[in-house]
This record gives sequence, structure tokens and C-alpha cells, in this order.
Amino acid sequence: MDSALIPEGVKRCALWKFLLGLFLVGLVLAWGVYAMLLCWIKGLNQTNMNDYYGFALWIWADLAVIALGGGAFFSGLLKYVFGKDDLKNIINYAVLIGFICYSSALLILAIDVGQPLRSWFIFWHANVHSMLTEVAFCLSCYFAVLTIEYIPLILENRQVDKVPFFHNLSHNMHSAMAVFAATGAFLSFFHQGSLGGVSGVLFGRPFSYREHILIWPYTFFLFTWSAAAYGPSFTLFITWLTEKITRKKLVKDNTIFLLAKISGWMILTYITAKSADTLYWMFKTAPAQGLNWEFFYSNNALYGKWILFTEIVLCGWLPALLLVFKPTRENAFLRVLATLLGIIGVSLNRWVMVLQTMAVPVLTFDMWALYMPSWQEVATTILPVAYGVILIMISYRYLPIFPQEKELNPINATAEEAAA
Amino acid sequence: MKQTQTQNQHRPKRYGMAIDLDKCTGCGSCMVACFAENNVPFKQDETDKLLSITWMRVYKITNGKKFPETEVCYLPRPCQHCAGQHEGHSPCVSVCPATATDYSADTGIVSQIYTRCFGCRYCMAACPYHARYFNWWDPVWPAGMERYLSPNVSPRMRGVVEKCSFCFHRYQLARDKAYLEGKRAVSEAEYQTACTQACPAGAIVFGDLNNSEHAVYQIVQPDAHNHYKSKNPYAFRLLERLGTNTKVYYLSSREWVRKAGDNYLANEEPGASHAPNQHG
Repeated sequence: MDSALIPEGVKRCALWKFLLGLFLVGLVLAWGVYAMLLCWIKGLNQTNMNDYYGFALWIWADLAVIALGGGAFFSGLLKYVFGKDDLKNIINYAVLIGFICYSSALLILAIDVGQPLRSWFIFWHANVHSMLTEVAFCLSCYFAVLTIEYIPLILENRQVDKVPFFHNLSHNMHSAMAVFAATGAFLSFFHQGSLGGVSGVLFGRPFSYREHILIWPYTFFLFTWSAAAYGPSFTLFITWLTEKITRKKLVKDNTIFLLAKISGWMILTYITAKSADTLYWMFKTAPAQGLNWEFFYSNNALYGKWILFTEIVLCGWLPALLLVFKPTRENAFLRVLATLLGIIGVSLNRWVMVLQTMAVPVLTFDMWALYMPSWQEVATTILPVAYGVILIMISYRYLPIFPQEKELNPINATAEEAAA
Repeated sequence: MKQTQTQNQHRPKRYGMAIDLDKCTGCGSCMVACFAENNVPFKQDETDKLLSITWMRVYKITNGKKFPETEVCYLPRPCQHCAGQHEGHSPCVSVCPATATDYSADTGIVSQIYTRCFGCRYCMAACPYHARYFNWWDPVWPAGMERYLSPNVSPRMRGVVEKCSFCFHRYQLARDKAYLEGKRAVSEAEYQTACTQACPAGAIVFGDLNNSEHAVYQIVQPDAHNHYKSKNPYAFRLLERLGTNTKVYYLSSREWVRKAGDNYLANEEPGASHAPNQHG
């Protein structure tokens, strides 16, 4: 029934299957929307946050999806600015994933603030010294850039493309894409960095506080670096997952290997810097504040030294090495494992920088505060996942996301006729 | 060197507190007075202290020793009104994205603009003293109690952060009165916080840390050239090493109490010259 909208030369599942899928994911989305409305109508008392945990699950989700969405800006930078042309076969998907991640982050932020209708105050009464101000400005601008990058893809829909104006608009937008990619990379550098700065500047919180280069704490650079490193891993993992679900090869191996190699080297350099930063913090920064580093990993039920091992070794050094060495990189299982470990690693990093920072007592007579999110918080955190799945489903069905799909999955003409 | 009257009048004020922990009995009068004075909202169920709004909170601390060597100390904790390493670089003021919390260069008081706060809670994350509170609910007063609210302090709505203001409305009233009475300076007795006046033991002393005639100055003996570190050997500030440069000083003759004010490595002793963080 919707075959006129489906790109030419590719096969899609029956419409009823597609709609059934949309309905099932839509149920999860509706659950999230219900929780979101509860938070907006009844207030943040619907959460399990408290005065010790002012930043909790949502802020972690924000930081994590923005890091994972980093594949969009970094792939764009590599393709349009550094001329890695092979990445054109995956760039559309990277942009779509980035668009989902960033729109999700904005949605979560809109739920997270106590007075959502006053959110514009961050622009109107902007405090230029606040990292969050920098986040708000760069995030909004970069989301606009991502929208501009996603629009040409929508315009390439078979029916939309028939309209001469849209066809020409799409063509011209493609021509100008290098400018947007460069702008996006510039903005991303600052918002990824300022998200790192959010915790790094907290000089009242010895767990996350870091020394500065000019006005930027080390976490500023580490967050940008890690987003550029792990973001492409997330793009690769979602591409692999899409291939498994659609049971099709969608991107040729040379592109996958190239992005995996770049991600691997980026993770390797990042994790070297992160290890150095951690050691400096353990033996210089924390002791200067009268605290032994082991203090941050003891006397509580959750935050132990296992976090350091998991984040830095298991989900840092290991995926880096797996992706850097050709034999392991070209082994499908090890490559996917490495990308998955990377995703866990960067998400864990964002978790500790937000939630462990809140949990650690600073006053000597205070105690560790642990926190368990309410179902409303969980539902609203899953909401963007459902929204992302739906957007991917619709985009994959009706837009030419994967330029190599047709070539990699030639349709048997007879079978097509029979099906028709 | 004693400052002259004229010098004191023209110098920016630096309101602060000295709390004598040897005198504090932990009675909680300061907390109650603060609630009443500042229209601090409360709920029917206040068992979860992580959700209780207490601009002034009294902590009970012990020396960690077993009976009969156990010692207890009560430590009242208002907002510390940090100045940071350069005036105004308080942990919370520097991070607020909407300039909803401000540092007054005239008084040294950290304010909160409730109608501008949009509830991001970054200031709460920044404050190591947990002196900032979020309104998770709209305030609901017991029937008839609205009539007893202070008309000088605006109640706060759901979704914004609030905290101790050193009873700033009292300063405003005193300042207006002084102005109308011939533009004279606000005297020490004219501006006192509710907790100071309510303390039955007289443990809290409040005044201008820049005015040598004020009792708080004489007790604390702040060193203006060293981030207002106290020259009184019995005085300390909470988490001084973090470089927060607070305006609330504590006094105790007991070493373990003074040591509880900050974090120290096993081989360190309180009172030694631990350089505070240089940040910002």
C-alpha cells in the first residue's frame, strides 16, 4: 500500500508487519509520555531525586546520549573536512543517530528542569561563566545543524524528490554540507567539552573537580575526545544491530573497517589521556584537598574500585586494542564486542561523573547518599529510546539511508513480481 | 590597627557569622526561628531528611570514640555565603546558567532570585555544604497558617531552589530605616539574623567582618589579605581547603571538632597551612 513511498530497488517488510512493530514500540513510547506528563503536571516529586541527588538519572542520560551521538559530528568532520570519502556510505545513518540522540537530550532536559516554561531564561539571563550556559547555546545550535543535515535525507524520499523545488533544495543543501559539517564539529567541540566542564568546574566536589587549562578543566577536553572516540563505535554498533534486524548487509566492510579503525585509535589516545588524568587526580588533585583517592571508592554499597577497572581497562583499553589491531578489527564478533564495550565505557564515565559526584560525602560528618530512580524517571529515560527506534524504522523504510543497500541486496525480479 | 568610623561606613560590608560550638546545645531554636522568619515550607511527613528544606540545619557530630570517651557536638549549618578565591566566585553563583543566584559585592551575601530560577539544580550539585534545597512540592500551609506568614519574604513555588539569605529582608528594612533617618550607616544591632536572635545560648554572633567594631570581627579576626582566614586559633571554616572562602566561622576549644571541619590525610594536622584550591 505504501510502496510508492519506499525507495526504488530496495525491499521492505509488509506494511502490516511495519505497523505492528510501530504499535509495539509505540506502547513503550506512550508509557514514557505518560510518565513525562506526570512529571510536568505534578512536578519533580514524581522522581526519586532529592536534595543530595539534584542531578541524577536524567542528567546521566543526557550526557550519555550526547556522547554516543558524537558519531555524527566526528564522521561529518572526517568526511567533509578531512576527505574520508568512504564514510559517505554510513554518514546518513550517523546523522540520523545523532539527530535522535540530540533531540532526546533536549527532551530529557525539558523534563528535568523544575520550571520548564522558564527554560528560555538560560538564554535571556545567560550567565556567561556557567558551563551549562555554554551547553545550552552550543547544544541548541548544533541541533539546528543536525536538523539541516537530516532535511536533505527527508527530501530524497521518492515522492518528495519528484517536486522540483525540493529536489533542487536537497541538491543545493548537499553542496553546502561541508560548511554545516565544519560548523557542527566546531559547536560539538564546545558543547561536548562544556558538558565535561559541568562536573570539572565543581571545586566544591573533590570527586569531579579537575585542574584547568585556561578556563577549561581537563574534563572539558576529555569529554570532547571521548565523544569523538566512542560516538563512531555507537554508530557502528547500531548499524550492526540494524543489519541483524533487517537481515541485510547495508554497509560494505571497507567503510565499517575504516570507521572502526578511526574509532579504535581515538579510543586508544583518549584512554591514554584519561588514564593520565585519573592518575594525576588520584595522586595530586585529591590529596591536595585532604582526601585519599581510595576514600572515593569505599564505605558504600555501590561505588568501588571495580568502576575504575571497568571504565578504564575493560571498556577502555580493551576495545581500543581490539579495534586498533587489524585481525581483531576485521573479526565481526570481536569488533561488535569492542563497540559494545566502548558504549558501556563512555556511559559509565558519564554515570560516575554525575552520580558518583553526587554520592560522595564532602563534609567529614556527612554520609554517602545512594539513589534509585523512580519508575517515572526510568520510563522517561526509555522514552527517547522508543522514539529513536520509531524514527529509525520510518526513516529506514521510506528514505535512502544506506546508499549501498541496493547494490548489496539486489532484488530478484521474478521474486518481486511473484510478491506483487 | 583600629579602623575609623568613616572608613567603616564606606567600606563594602562583609556580613558573616561566628558560631561557638562549645556553647551550642543543639536545641534547634535557630532552625525553628529560621522556618518562621523565612516562610520555609514543610510537609506533613518530614521523615526523609533528604527532602526536608532546612535553611539552617543542626548536625550532630561525634568524636567517634566509644563510651565513656564519647563526645558530641552540635553544628548549625546555614548557607556559608562563599566568596570563592576571588570575590563572587562562589561554587553556586559561578555555575547558575540563568544568573538566578547572585553575589552581592556590597554585603557579601549570596542571594537567590526565585522568580528567575528555572530549577536546573546545578547550584545544588555545586554546593558541598548541601545548603541549597529544591522545592519538590508546592508549599502547602496548615489551614490558617497563611495568615502567619512573614509579609517580607516571598514564599517559593514548586520547581525552584531556595536557601538561607542571612535574613536579607531584615537588612533591607534596616537599610531603608537608616536611610530615612539621615542616610546613616546600619548599626550592628539593627541587622541581626533570626537564628542569631533565637539562640538561647548566644552561640551565634552575626555582623560585618569588615567592621572592627562588630563583635564578629573581634571574635574571628579575619585576615583580609589571606582570603579572610581567621587568626583566632580556635576558629575554623568548613571545607576551607576547597577554596570556598566562606563567611561562617566556627569556634571550638576541642581539637577533634576543629578537625571535623575539613578533610585531612592521615599524616596531616589541622591548622597547618594547607593552601586552598586556586581555581576559576
